[in-house]
Amino acid sequence: MLDDFFIRALLAGLGVAAVAGPLGCFVIWRRLSYFGDTLSHAALLGVGLSFLFELNVTLSVFAVSALLSMLLIYLKGRTSLPSDALLGLLAHSVLAIGLVVLGFMTWIRIDLLSLLFGDILAVSRFDVLLVWVGGAIVMGGLIAIWKPLFADTVNSDLAMAEGKRPQIARIQFTLLLALVISISIKLVGVLLITGMLLLPAATARNLAFGPVQMAILSIFIGVAAVVGGLFSSLALNTPSGPSIITAALALFVLSLLPLRHVRRYLQDFLSK
Amino acid sequence: MPKMPLSGKTLVELVDAGIKHEDRWLVRGVSFTVDQGEIVTLIGPNGSGKSTTAKIALGVLKPSEGSVNSRENLVVSYVPQKIAIDWTLPLRVEHFMRLTNNISDDALHAALVATGVEHLRKQDMRVLSGGEFQRVLIARAIARKPDLIVLDEPVQGVDFTGETQLYELIGKLRDDLGCGIILISHDLHVVMAATDKVLCLNGHVCCSGSPKLVVETDEYKSLFGHHLAPGLALYEHQHDHTHHDDGSLSTDA
Repeated sequence: MLDDFFIRALLAGLGVAAVAGPLGCFVIWRRLSYFGDTLSHAALLGVGLSFLFELNVTLSVFAVSALLSMLLIYLKGRTSLPSDALLGLLAHSVLAIGLVVLGFMTWIRIDLLSLLFGDILAVSRFDVLLVWVGGAIVMGGLIAIWKPLFADTVNSDLAMAEGKRPQIARIQFTLLLALVISISIKLVGVLLITGMLLLPAATARNLAFGPVQMAILSIFIGVAAVVGGLFSSLALNTPSGPSIITAALALFVLSLLPLRHVRRYLQDFLSK
Repeated sequence: MPKMPLSGKTLVELVDAGIKHEDRWLVRGVSFTVDQGEIVTLIGPNGSGKSTTAKIALGVLKPSEGSVNSRENLVVSYVPQKIAIDWTLPLRVEHFMRLTNNISDDALHAALVATGVEHLRKQDMRVLSGGEFQRVLIARAIARKPDLIVLDEPVQGVDFTGETQLYELIGKLRDDLGCGIILISHDLHVVMAATDKVLCLNGHVCCSGSPKLVVETDEYKSLFGHHLAPGLALYEHQHDHTHHDDGSLSTDA
């Protein structure tokens, strides 16, 4: 029999996988992986602040990531730093500030490793609920902005000329990204969240023939990575977050093999 | 500047519009209107502000001075000069056709047939040749059933026969859809037959008017070289007027 904590971990993992993949597709298409990295580094500061002000961790992480994403959008237009340098600068600054804030609070003992790499086996029922509610919001939000966001991803001028208002969709997208990060932090931790976004999406790219197909495939691949990673961490007694990411990497490597038949089969299956 | 309601047939109107970028005027003092069923061609050398002017008309760029008015609920289609599709984005022609709105299968099919690329429907956008890509871009613009189409160098990469075909198609679109068209080209002679109005740009409007008038102006000749005007015989060319010394027209032929 599987223990309760394991079931909870699975449920939380599946909830995250269902939204991380499709959002990750946009992260790849729009070349935002550094951006995602920066937002997730800010999560540590969010955790620190949640202890300091006794707030809910998910909420506090979301608030900090969302604020940082708005700050990034604001700064991008007002600095001559190239955007990768700006992102790197902010990512490590917020990470450092987060660690300093945590260090100040000598009255609580914090398991830093679980923050950095996730501790999915410790999720509570309430955490699972948060993941699913947050995930439903992200999924609904992404479906709502899909059309303008996708048009903007292909060509920004065209989207704007044809009345898709891409500026609004862009801001909504970064908020969804912040939300995904805040619900994933318990699962894979601050340092591995970007992997959860990118790996299933990149794997799906090797198999898909269309954008919607790629997004749907990335969900299945993410689910497989969560299930595979969790069971192997149970069997091999390895840390769960890194095991999930490793499983996702294994799937990515598999997708690089010249599997023409599998691809054609998948194609037929998906076009039904 | 107060917005004036547009008169019945006018789709979009620019009044003294200009764009300033980092202390430099990309274009300035551009005024023109596009009416239903009218083809307005923007010509000019590289960097003369043709694309910028088109983007003002499209509402993509906000003018730093002057104003732009467009009719309410105007359906616009845009064929940009360049679209790069990244490898990470799996995108077939049929997906691309539905990029900004949901069009019926029939309309999608008809538009691809009109530009001669129906056979490419299931192809990935990245494997198309330059000419095929342009035809798909135009097909997508048609399928939206627009009131106004803005085409930025639509025949780049298309071979010579294809070029003529596409310009014929663009002329036909105006007749069939009754839409207005803004066409950017650096080769006036090929587009002449279909054009109603030409704006010759070089950071400002050098000259404008019917194509026949424009090719005869000194401004046009100094921009494009005298040798281009007569001789190519792609258009009807008769001296039905003469110039005064200041370049204005003398009508007492």
